[in-house]
Amino acid sequence: MNAVEPAAGAGPIETDVVIIGAGPCGLFAVFELGLLDLKCHVVDILGKPGGQCSELYPEKPIYDVPALPIVTGQELTDRLLEQIKPFNPVFHFGERIDALAREPDGRFIMTTDDAKQFRAKVVVIAAGGGSFTPKRPPLDGIEAYEGTSVFYSVRRMEDFRGKDVLVVGGGDSALDWTLNLQPLARSLTLLHRRDDFRGAPHSVNEMRRLVDEGKVRLMIGQMTGLDGDAGTLQTVTVKTAGGEEKIVIDAMLPFFGLTMKLGPIADWGINLNENLIPVDTEKFETSEKGIFAIGDINTYPGKLKLILSGFHEAALMAQAAQKIVYPDKKVVFQYTTSSSSLQKKLGVK
Amino acid sequence: MVKITFIQPDGTAQTVTAEEGLTVMEAAKMADVPGIDAECGGACACATCHVYVDAGWREKTGAPSDMEEDMLDFAFDVREESRLCCQIKVTAALDGLVLRVPAKQF
Ligand SMILES: Cc1cc2nc3c(=O)[nH]c(=O)nc-3n(C[C@H](O)[C@H](O)[C@H](O)COP(=O)(O)OP(=O)(O)OC[C@H]3O[C@@H](n4cnc5c(N)ncnc54)[C@H](O)[C@@H]3O)c2cc1C
Ligand code: FES
Repeated sequence: MNAVEPAAGAGPIETDVVIIGAGPCGLFAVFELGLLDLKCHVVDILGKPGGQCSELYPEKPIYDVPALPIVTGQELTDRLLEQIKPFNPVFHFGERIDALAREPDGRFIMTTDDAKQFRAKVVVIAAGGGSFTPKRPPLDGIEAYEGTSVFYSVRRMEDFRGKDVLVVGGGDSALDWTLNLQPLARSLTLLHRRDDFRGAPHSVNEMRRLVDEGKVRLMIGQMTGLDGDAGTLQTVTVKTAGGEEKIVIDAMLPFFGLTMKLGPIADWGINLNENLIPVDTEKFETSEKGIFAIGDINTYPGKLKLILSGFHEAALMAQAAQKIVYPDKKVVFQYTTSSSSLQKKLGVK
Repeated sequence: MVKITFIQPDGTAQTVTAEEGLTVMEAAKMADVPGIDAECGGACACATCHVYVDAGWREKTGAPSDMEEDMLDFAFDVREESRLCCQIKVTAALDGLVLRVPAKQF
């Protein structure tokens, strides 16, 4: 890992621990670290906490979380948030940690895709299967148009003013951007494979009203190909019940959900093994001292990608993290049931 | 044991034996059938176990549930014969089933 000069200017956010990833393991790490007086900031590219549990299966039941015979992905997330509340973690949602480097004094400096910086004594990578990233439609040559004509998110609505826009998909993102961009765009086409939408009922109604008024063109079909010139998309070929049609557009916004990609972690100088981070099973520390990895992202002999394993890893990691932040503090093992000092921290005494 | 044949886009066929009660996806994974990624492990949450049911078998495999239809929105080149194979249970009635693996998955 490269050493960097301390950042100048307004200065980074200073904290004991930065947790990368707000999945169940990142959330529970706040609890274990909090019991040992370590303050945490938690960063996640998603707009909400819960990682896979809230993004991929909020309504589905989990049966193997100890003492909870049945709990849905969202309920587990909500309960973890309740459990860690006494420790006041600071969340930074919708931001990805892009860079991580060690400073000369041994602390770490991290930078997000929004140029926000953090300085911490300990880093906990709880990144699961990696950053959630939009799924790319498997159409030949699509990469060439990304960022110029194909967009997976909207940074500035103004960029779409006066454009012929194609929105593809049938969920809330597709509907929301149809409703938001229609007033600005020169024309707006919404393409979905069936005449049934998963989005919120009022958005569906609003979209249907715009279609009836002739302000939005609704097409039922699927994309089969793209044509363009030097990075600029010109036509999208769409297969409908009536056959193939080429539609002329300036911008396309495909919304086919999210998938996990390792992302920037590969560039941080940490040893990786097939996109996983090898750790020891005493402290769950990576090849870099002070950087820990817990949950789905780590690997060691016997590793199971289960929530309960990640919880155990968080508890052991926290003991080692405390020794880094408070090297001189004598560690006394305590139970939450009986320790009045732990209970005070939890706000129950 | 129930026999299920997977046909790849290039025409290669692979017949696997599946235990009743498993899902077709599980049988495919155990036999390492290419193109059945099944990233979510059968939770109907990823659409990477998309298959086309061969004509003649569609009545026996049945139609997708509402939840599966919603998830099929995340698959590529969805057709009338599309199913997510983690949602098809292996039964004796499916002995001889023929499925086609799509050319592209998301
Ligand atoms: C359908 C399904 C069903 C499951 N059922 C069970 C079950 O029954 N029992 C069980 O124990 N487990 C189950 N699992 C697995 C369980 O969900 C995972 O083990 C668990 O979510 C891992 O938690 P985590 O905190 O390690 O990571 P994740 O939940 O994957 O969260 C990681 C987070 O880190 C974020 N991130 C990554 N990199 C960055 C970065 N650079 N910057 C910012 N953010 C970043 C990601 O966006 C993500 O939100 C299931 C999984 C799925 C998909
Ligand atoms: S395995 Fe994920 S939907 Fe079938």
